[in-house]
Amino acid sequence: MGILINKETRVIVQGITGKEGAFQTKQMMDFGTRIVGGVTPGKGGIEFQKVPVFDSVSEAVDMTKPDACVIFVPPQFAADSIFEAADNGIELIACITEGIPVHDMMRVCAYLKTTSSRLLGPNCPGITVPGASKIGIMPNPIHKAGNIGVVSRSGTLTYEIVDLLTRNGIGQSTSIGIGGDPVNGTSFVDVLQLFENDPETHAVVMVGEIGGTAEEESIDFIKGMSKPVITYIVGVSAPPGKTMGHAGAIISMGVGTAAGKIEAFENAGITVAGSPSDIVQQIEKMRFP
Amino acid sequence: MKLYEYAAKEIFLKYDIPIPRSSLVSDANGAVEAAKQLGDVVLKAQVLTGGRGKAGGIARAKDATEAKLNAQRILGMEIKGFPVKKLLVEEYRQPLKEMYLGITIDRQAKSPIIMVSSGGGIDIEEIAKNSPEKIIKMHVHPLTGLHDYQARNLAIFLDRNKGVEIAGIIKKLYRIFIDNDCQLAEINPIAETESGIIALDAKMIIDDNALFRHDFKEEETNSLEEIAQKNGMSYVGLDGDIGCIVNGAGLAMATLDMVTQYGGRPANFMDVRAGANAEQVKAALGIVSSNPNVKAIIINIFGGMTKCDEAARGIIEIFPRIKKPIIVRLSGTNEKEGRAMLGKYGIHMAASTEEAAKGVVELGNPH
Repeated sequence: MGILINKETRVIVQGITGKEGAFQTKQMMDFGTRIVGGVTPGKGGIEFQKVPVFDSVSEAVDMTKPDACVIFVPPQFAADSIFEAADNGIELIACITEGIPVHDMMRVCAYLKTTSSRLLGPNCPGITVPGASKIGIMPNPIHKAGNIGVVSRSGTLTYEIVDLLTRNGIGQSTSIGIGGDPVNGTSFVDVLQLFENDPETHAVVMVGEIGGTAEEESIDFIKGMSKPVITYIVGVSAPPGKTMGHAGAIISMGVGTAAGKIEAFENAGITVAGSPSDIVQQIEKMRFP
Repeated sequence: MKLYEYAAKEIFLKYDIPIPRSSLVSDANGAVEAAKQLGDVVLKAQVLTGGRGKAGGIARAKDATEAKLNAQRILGMEIKGFPVKKLLVEEYRQPLKEMYLGITIDRQAKSPIIMVSSGGGIDIEEIAKNSPEKIIKMHVHPLTGLHDYQARNLAIFLDRNKGVEIAGIIKKLYRIFIDNDCQLAEINPIAETESGIIALDAKMIIDDNALFRHDFKEEETNSLEEIAQKNGMSYVGLDGDIGCIVNGAGLAMATLDMVTQYGGRPANFMDVRAGANAEQVKAALGIVSSNPNVKAIIINIFGGMTKCDEAARGIIEIFPRIKKPIIVRLSGTNEKEGRAMLGKYGIHMAASTEEAAKGVVELGNPH
């Protein structure tokens, strides 16, 4: 069945009447997602793409009883939209918006700990359970139902890998992008835990990139998992990133490079693929040893 | 966005953090005038990079004559590629003790973190590595902000006798960090002098995503990085000859990695970001192809927010003016429409990132 969402999941769209919100709402509906309403302050009362639009999340929740929401609101207002969703008890909040100030995200993440909401993103492509539901912006045709869980920090690179798996006949239980921002809601470990407990998921592909320590933090958890995890790290050829003065260097102490992450995984005995096509080969090796 | 030392110190002044008296000058005469007023001074090159001291961009001048000679020398310098256009002339303050105070964001803890060290100055990273006991770190809860007791405890660690004075500065620097959406606010060194604790240096980096709610003025450099940023894209120049245009940072890095794996050398990193339209793709091609080192260009679009037909329209608009071979990979949203549009122009096409990477390396190195 995949993780976090299924074909019964009721979804509202915050920012439904904007250009992206409108386009992606149509795409999600085409995929089979149960979009039950939308929110755009000032546009309440109209019907848009056959669903009702509300002025507030509170009204949308009263009228449509959503389980999840997806946010397409511009970065200046996106943190407010996340607070609004959480305060109205929405369990899963997927924030697609790119460019939210990091100080806003620190406050959002600290606040969400006091609620029961889970935030996916921001700056993420969302989540897709093939054959059931999609919340976010992953292209519709690339998915195929199956038993591989895909988790990534990237958007388009996730599409690339999911598409390649599908072309090679390898289906996915769920594909999920946790987002590329330094401070975000759901971590690799959170998703790995969900995949570990999901009977439909037989193996996991985890796509990481340079910067931060999100990948390294997952190593201990992966070692304890019953399911195989194949990792792929991008940024091997990237120049050393911007260092945030001395403080950044002190915090990271040399971690955060692609080489460092790859070495850490290999030392822990975790499979590291060298390219997207190598991911396919590694999965095929597992199936047909 | 990095702030110059003088700009950060202007903010320090507003928040009442003690700094040396100073004057910002852009020529040797200015330095002479400043030295006449301030006496024993230090001339500091204003550049947006570290390692100024080691590069010779900081000099003490005890009188106007020395100030003139040093100003002439430093103003002609280039430090790590940054030409020195301005000098901060500061009164010299003899440090009795140098310490470190920095605030940044701990991604893992999702909160601000304050670091202090009783050893400061240029070798702080060495101290962190070799004598970690000389540094303490403290997280601040994003919703409560810095508690007084936290500032006191940090100050006691630095210098129990100057606790109240230092705690006050820590609280002010934290306020600056929050009010200005900083990724980094740092004083290195923060010094004890005869007349009290003083910030001898100042470093601030502002979160680019938050610039919309501040009025920091960016310096015009007309670099490709800056032109890209103005178009809502990110560009990092590299030293190879394969131009790269990709939507999404992760896929962009993967593309660069693959170009490298096939023996090519990327000339740049460029992320045209999610939702790029025809105008942006066109601008991206203009920017990347303007680098004279570029021999061939790979455009790799996996449409989600970005629509392939939009990208194709942007490519077609500028394609006749680009005198370099281009290979395009379009997948995802509206890919059929996009491919059909490009097909009419005889542009090289690839079905996957790997194929495009291999193709562009061949186009760049014709045998």
